[in-house]
Formats: sequence, structure tokens, C-alpha cells
Amino acid sequence: MMNNIIVMPMIIPLLTGIILIFLRSYTKTQRVFSILSSIATVVVSLVILNRIQHEGILRLDFGGWLPPYGILFVADSFSTLLVVTTSIVTSILLIYAFSSIGKQHEHMFFYPFIFFLVAGVNGSFLTGDLFNMFVCFEVMLLSSYVLITMGGRKIQLVESIKYVTINVLSSWFFLIGIAYLYGTVGTLNMAHLSVRVAEVGQGPLLTVISLMFLIVFSLKAGLLLYFWLPGSYSAPPTVVAALFGALLTKVGIYAMFRIFTLIFYHETVITHTVIGIMAILTMIGGSIGALAHNDIRQIVSYNVVIAVGFILAGLAISSEVAFQGAIYYLIHDMIVKALLFLIAGTMIYLTGKAKIQEMSGLIRNYPMLGWLFFITMLSLTGIPPLSGFISKVYLGQGAIETGSYLLLAVAFISGIFVLYSLLRIFLNSFWGETIISEDDDVPLKKGMLVPCVLFAIMTVAIGVGAEGLAPYVSDAARTLMNPEIYIDAVLQGNR
Amino acid sequence: MRINDVILRTVARIVVFIILTFGVELFLSGHNNPGGGFIGGLVLSSAFVLLYLVNDIETVRKGIPFDFKKIAAFGVLLAVGTGFGSVLFGEHFLTQAFGHFHLPIFGITELSTVVLFEAGVALTVVGVVVTIILTISEDV
Repeated sequence: MMNNIIVMPMIIPLLTGIILIFLRSYTKTQRVFSILSSIATVVVSLVILNRIQHEGILRLDFGGWLPPYGILFVADSFSTLLVVTTSIVTSILLIYAFSSIGKQHEHMFFYPFIFFLVAGVNGSFLTGDLFNMFVCFEVMLLSSYVLITMGGRKIQLVESIKYVTINVLSSWFFLIGIAYLYGTVGTLNMAHLSVRVAEVGQGPLLTVISLMFLIVFSLKAGLLLYFWLPGSYSAPPTVVAALFGALLTKVGIYAMFRIFTLIFYHETVITHTVIGIMAILTMIGGSIGALAHNDIRQIVSYNVVIAVGFILAGLAISSEVAFQGAIYYLIHDMIVKALLFLIAGTMIYLTGKAKIQEMSGLIRNYPMLGWLFFITMLSLTGIPPLSGFISKVYLGQGAIETGSYLLLAVAFISGIFVLYSLLRIFLNSFWGETIISEDDDVPLKKGMLVPCVLFAIMTVAIGVGAEGLAPYVSDAARTLMNPEIYIDAVLQGNR
Repeated sequence: MRINDVILRTVARIVVFIILTFGVELFLSGHNNPGGGFIGGLVLSSAFVLLYLVNDIETVRKGIPFDFKKIAAFGVLLAVGTGFGSVLFGEHFLTQAFGHFHLPIFGITELSTVVLFEAGVALTVVGVVVTIILTISEDV
């Protein structure tokens, strides 16, 4: 059975990006082509997801070189669920980009770099080789460097220096970590790594290497080492910020789940405890940041940080139920964070102000936007029947089963801070006396509202239809909990 | 003050061809011997950079009227395209094929799809390196 299809979520965006470079001056064609190709990616990834349910984990050896010698792509439910979500979120964000990004960006290779970014993200999710993951990370990061600086406003350049420096540094650590690991166990295929590490036992040396990877992915995901995040996520244009907020940290989180469930799962007392402590500190720090700031973009960015802590609390708990909660939350967060960033950006577009005290009574002028924000707020807090609820239930259940009460308490209290930080925006900006008179009312473009509505529909659909998602999520959690399934699918006996 | 660069100009005229030949040689010896698209491309682009240094940007642009950004994009397209070609033949992505052919002048020659892939890599490297150098020179 040929599995070439699993490389498509990376190749379709890559080819699209390349072709769009040649179509630089044809804006209309670029738009049509990009939306068609992103829809194709969604379809392909859905097909893959369904095939995994019937045929188990799929793998593709590039050029027919068998593992552990060749590079390969591996699609299991966990990675494919994230690929599906990534593709859907990108498609919807593209619609927002059409009406908001402007001619100048479209002319400066904006769409190609969006697609290169997506290719990198999907590649990082699907690859089964640690060095290949590094390469995909770089593809993603290089595109994000371009996207964050594109436009060249002063704030973007200031923030991009921080962003680029910290990411180059962490990529360097990543490379060194890979070198150490290769020097120690002599392979980079992730399944083979898992076998070798289990054979020699995860001694002090390997544990130190694993902590090195923890630092790398913490920098990328914004786990405790998130100091760069709020600044750089509030600098670029709305749609880019939404793309970053929805996708980039998730890749780091995915990598952490992969590494610490598949390869370094022997010394949980050290590694997972450290992750737990970092998750707690992240949630506390993120909550303080979200309450301390008055700039709506900063508040939204700190909400990303809180979510990172919450999801990695699931990894720290490390039980099948907790994994289910974390996976639900990952999917939920990608969608709702994109929505939150879009609404925040739209508010700034409409009022021309970024501080929450300077906006007021927006709900009178833009009722739809106001209620969309309200839904987002409830969803992020975890009110049923929205998508945040189910993940909190599972995570809570997992935490109680394993007795991680401190994590449980902090995770749930952070939910209250999320609610309060967003309620502040809602009360300040949407409630109250309207500041915009009928005359200088900036019209809300349909192209900006439609993507928000689509995201809101998705968060409701995931919440109500969690049952339909359950088989995929439980399969993903089962694979994370039992690394042998992954290893068997990749190596098929030839160890 | 105008710098007297007669020696540089005279030498460059010959050296550019030596570099280009060496680049092609490196490129062709690739995938079985040390060489290949990446370093071949680097050497080729060093020839272009030398041309830019000796002459001014405008003169070279008249001689080589290509947009190097597009060359880079075309290179990636070629490289990914050959990988994609194997999918069309029902093989694993990126599978390469080779065969021995009897050609008029060369005799029995090994032709391989890797060369196309490597050509893509080489074009990408040339495009990117020249674009980078040109961008830096515009800034100064």
C-alpha cells in the first residue's frame, strides 16, 4: 500500500508557495489559488486521518530507504489531528487576510510565506526523524521571520530582533541536542531512538540531553521561557499574529509531547516533574501578565502563554485521560486563539486604539463582533457546550486519577484568570457608553466578520460534537501512552 | 577617487570561466563522488558575485537579465517536482531512478533523475546567494 498521501499536507503548501512566487503581480490569481490549495490540504489531511483509523499508523519512507536509515514521515492520529486543524485554521485565516492585509503585503510575497510556514508546521507534525524535524522547524521559523518583519514598521523591527535572536539561539541548542543524542545512541529516527534509549536505559547522560531538548522546545512553545512571546506576537499584522498565536507555539508543544512520550519516558520523576513545575509557573506568569496589561494585544498574547501551561500540565500528568484532555485542548486552542487574535485585531482596526480603556461601547456599533467575543471568552474559560469544556473535564479527571492536585488547582484557577482578563476587555471595550458616533463609524468588512463567525461555529461544533471527535482523540492518546504502537508501525520488526 | 582595477578586470575575465567550468564539474560529479548541486551552486554563484564586483550591477543585469529570486523559486520547484514525479509513477516520494543509455558522442552514459533534483538545488543556491549579495549591496 502506497502512502504517498501523507507527504501531501507538506508538499501541497510548499508547491503552492513556490508557484505563487511566479504569480507575484496577479493578486486575484494568488487569492484564488491559495484558497483552493488550502482547501485541498484540508481534504487530504481528513482522508489521512480516516485512513489511520482503518489501517493504523501510516508511514512513508522517502525514496524507498527503509528506516532507520532513510528519512520518513509518520502519520498517527495525534499528528494528523493537528495537521487537520492547522489546515482548517489556515484556510479561514486566509479569508481574513484577503480583506485586511493590503496590496503592499500581497505584492511582497505574503501568501508564499504563509504557505511555506504551513509546510514547515505540517512537516514538523508529520516527520518521524529528529533531524528532519529540525529542518521543518527551520522552514517554519524562517517564514515566520519574514512574516513578522514584513511591512517594516518600527515596532515590528524592534520585536523581530528579539524574536529572531531567541529562535536562532534555541535552534542552535536544538542542533547541539541532536548532536549529543546522535553521539550517544547513534540514530535519529524517533522510533529507533526510543528503542535504543530503552535498551541502554535512560541514564543521567540521556536525562541531561532530554532536559536540553526540554529547554529548546520550551523556548519554541513558550513554556516558562515565554518572555519573548507577548512582544513579538503583538507586533505583526492581525492575521499574522493570529497565525503565530494559533500555530507556532503548538509545534513546540507537539515536539515536547512526541519527545517525552516516545523517547524520554523512563525518568518521569525528573523530566515530567520539571515540566509540571514549568507548566505551573507558566500559568501563574501568564495569568499575571494577562491581568497586568491594558494593551489588548498583550492581554491576548498572555492568554496564549496560559494555554501553553495548561496543555503541558497534561504532559506532566502523563496519563491517557490527561493526554486526551491535552489533545482536545490543543485543537480547541488553535481554533479559539485564532478567533481571539482576529477579534482583537479587528477591534484595533475599527477604533484605531489598542488600550482597553480607550475603547468603549463597541457592542452598540458592532453587535455581532461583541457577541463573538463573548462566545470566545466562554469557550476559553471552558463553559459547556463550547470546545474548551471537554478538555478541562478530561484533564481534571487525569489529574485526580494520578493525584496531581497542585497542577489541577493551578490549571483550573488559571481558567478563572483567563475569564477575568477577557471579561476586562469585554466590560471596558464592548460595554459602556459608545465612543464612536454614527458618522465616523468604520464599517466592519464582511471579509473580516465571516472568518470570525466560521471559527465561532467550529468552537461550538467541537464542543457539541465532541463525541464525533472522540475516536480520533482516544486513538491519539492511546498511541502517546503506548510508544510500542508507534515503534512497531515504523520499524516493523527490523530493529 | 576611481580605483584602478585593470588587473582585477583582466584576471576576472579569465577566472570567471575557470570558476564556471569548475562549478559545472563539481555539479556533474555529484551524487556519487564529492560534489553535487549545493556546492556546485555555491561555486557557480561565486562566479556571478565576482562579475558583480568587477563590473557594476547594471552592466551585469544587462548581460544576465534574470530575476534571481525567480531562479531560486524555479530551482525549488524543480527539486520538489522531481520528488513529486516519483509519486506519479506510483513510487515512494523522492524515489530516484537511473539507467544506462547509449548516446552518440558520450558512449554508454549513466543518466539519472538525481541530476534534475541536483539541478534544482544548484539553481536555488545560485538564486539565493546572488539575491542575498545583491540585497546587501543595495543597503550599503
